Amino acid sequence: MIQAEAQAPVIPVVLVESHARRRFRRYWLPIVGALIAAAWGIVILLGPSMAPYGVNDVDLTARLLPPSSIHLFGTDDLGRDVFSRVLLGARLSLPTGLAVVFIGGLLGIGIGAVAAYAGGKVEEILMRVADVVLAFPPLILAMAIAAARGVGVGNAVLSLVAIWWPQYARLSRSLILVQRDQEYVQAARALGHGPVRTLARHIIPNAAGPMIALLTLDVGNAIITFSSLSFLGLGPVPPTPEWGAMVSAGRLLINQWWVSGMPGFAILSVVLAFNFLGDGLRDWLDPRSRQR
Amino acid sequence: MTRKYVVARIGATVLMALAATLIVFLVAHFVPVDPIQSQLGDLASSKPEIVARYRARWGLDKPLWQQYLIFLEKLSHGDLGESIATRRPVLDDIKQYAPATFELGTLATLLALAVGIPLGVMAAVKRDSWIDHSARGISLVGVSAPTFWLAFIALALFYGGLEIAPSPGRLDAGAQPPPYVTGLYLVDSLLAGDLGTFHSTLAHLILPAVVLAATTTGVITRTTRASMLDTLDQDYIRTARAKGLREWGVLARHALRNALIPVFTLGGVAYAQLLSGAVMTETIFAFPGLGRYAFQSAVVLDFPAITGITLIVGLIYLIVNLGVDLSYAAIDPRVVRR
Repeated sequence: MIQAEAQAPVIPVVLVESHARRRFRRYWLPIVGALIAAAWGIVILLGPSMAPYGVNDVDLTARLLPPSSIHLFGTDDLGRDVFSRVLLGARLSLPTGLAVVFIGGLLGIGIGAVAAYAGGKVEEILMRVADVVLAFPPLILAMAIAAARGVGVGNAVLSLVAIWWPQYARLSRSLILVQRDQEYVQAARALGHGPVRTLARHIIPNAAGPMIALLTLDVGNAIITFSSLSFLGLGPVPPTPEWGAMVSAGRLLINQWWVSGMPGFAILSVVLAFNFLGDGLRDWLDPRSRQR
Repeated sequence: MTRKYVVARIGATVLMALAATLIVFLVAHFVPVDPIQSQLGDLASSKPEIVARYRARWGLDKPLWQQYLIFLEKLSHGDLGESIATRRPVLDDIKQYAPATFELGTLATLLALAVGIPLGVMAAVKRDSWIDHSARGISLVGVSAPTFWLAFIALALFYGGLEIAPSPGRLDAGAQPPPYVTGLYLVDSLLAGDLGTFHSTLAHLILPAVVLAATTTGVITRTTRASMLDTLDQDYIRTARAKGLREWGVLARHALRNALIPVFTLGGVAYAQLLSGAVMTETIFAFPGLGRYAFQSAVVLDFPAITGITLIVGLIYLIVNLGVDLSYAAIDPRVVRR
C-alpha cells in the first residue's frame, strides 16, 4: 500500500516527459525554423550596429579577399565586407517578403470572401480576373509589370502583390464556401446572426488554419521571387545591399564564390526557416496529418 | 470523357488567351516611360507636327479599345513589335532562342521525373525511415534554394573548383553548331552523324539541367510521397494484399498507378517553374535560350521584347494547362462529372 502510494505520482511525470519528447521529435524542424527566423529578426532590429564594417566602405586594397577572421564572408570586387552587406541585406529582403504576403493576403482573402458571399456575376468576374493573372508563370508576369513600372523596391513589391493575391482569393473563396454550408453556420444564421458576424465569428476562425499555413509557406516564396526580381536588376538600385542583387553582381566571379555564395546562402536559410515553420503549422492545424 | 467537357475547356482556354492579351496590352500601355519621348528623341518631340504624325502612324491618337484591336490584329500576323536592343522582330528573336530552352527544359523535366517519382514512392513505402527523411530533406532544399544561387554554386564547384564540367554555353567557345534542322543541337548533331558535337552538347546540358530540375524535383517528390501515402491507406490496397499479391506487385500495379494522377496534374506548375528557373539558369550558364533573352531584355528595359516573351510564355502555359486538364479527364473520369 505504501509502496503503491509512493509509485503513483511517478507515473504521470514519466508520461508527461515522454509526451514532451515525442512532441519535440515531431516539431523540431518548425522549432529550428522559428529560431532561424528569430535570429534574422534580431539582426534586422540591431541593424548597422551589428555589422563589423560599413556596407558601402570601399577598400580597393582589400578586393576579393577570401573568408577569414577579419572578413568572415570575405570581400567583394570593391573591397566591401560581404558579411556586413549580408547582415544589412536582411533589412530589405525579409520585410519585403512579409509585406508582399501580408498585402497580397489581405487583398486576396478579401476578394475571395466578397466573391463567396456575393455570388452570381460579382463572383464570376472576380474569379475570372484571378484566373487570368494565374494564367501567367508568376515570375514572368512580375518581371513584365516591374519593368513597365520602372526599377525600384516599391515597384517590385507592387508587381509581386499584383501576381500574389489570386491564389489567396481562390483558397479563401473555396474555404468559405465549404464552411458556409456547414450545419453550425446554418445554426448561427438561424439564431439571427448577420453575414458579417457569421463571417467574423464562425467562418473565418474555422477557415483560418489552412490559410495561415499557406501564408507562412509563401513568405519563403515571396522572398525568393523578390530576390529573383532584384537578381534581374528590377529591384533596389545599387549600391543598396540586397541578397539577389549581390548574387547577380558576383555571378561572374566563379573563383571568388563567396561574393555570390554567401548572400545566396542567406536567402536559403530564411526560405528554409519559413518552409519549416509553414510545414509545422500545417501539420499542427490539420488533425488528419497530425496522426501521421 | 464527354464531348461537352472538351468543348467547354477549349472555349474557356480561348477566352483566357484573349484576356491574357488584354492584360499584356494594358501592362504595356501603362508604361510610365513616354514612348514618343523615348522613340523620337528631344528635338523631334518638341515639334508638334512630327509628334502628331508619329501618333497617327502608330495609332496612338485612337481610343484605347481601337489600339487594342490594332494590337490584336498585328498579333494575328505574329507581329509582336521590334526589340529595342536587337532591332529585330521580337518573334524572330523568340524563334531563334526557343530551341535551346526547349532542349534544356525537356532534359530537366525527364530528370525531375526520374528522380522525384522513385524518391517519393520509396519515402512513402518506408515511412519515417532514413530514406523518407532524406527525401523530405532533399525536396525541402530543392524548393527553398533560389535557382540563380544553385546555378552559381554548381558552376563555381564543378567548373571553377573541380574543373570537371565544361565551360558555360551550349557548346565550347568557337565550336560550330550542327547544321540547322530543328534547332535542337542533340537532334541536329545526331541527324548530321556528328557524335563529337552530340557528346559536347550533352556535356554542356547536364549541369544546367540538374540545376533547373531541382525545384521541380522537390515538388514532384513531395506530391508523390503524399499521394502514395493516401493511396496506401485505401481499401483496394488492403484487398490486393489480402488476395496474396506480392508487395511490389501491389505497389506497382495498384498503388502507383493511382498515386501518380495528382503528380500528373503538376504539369502546368512544372512548366511555369521551368520557365522562371530557365531565366536564372540560362543567365548563369551563358546559355543562349529564351530565359537569357528575357534576362537581357529586363536588364535594359527592352519593353517590346519583355511583353512579347510574357505573351508567348503565357499562351503556351494556357495550352499546357488545357492539355493537362483534358488528359486528366481521360485518366480520371470523375473529373468530368464534378
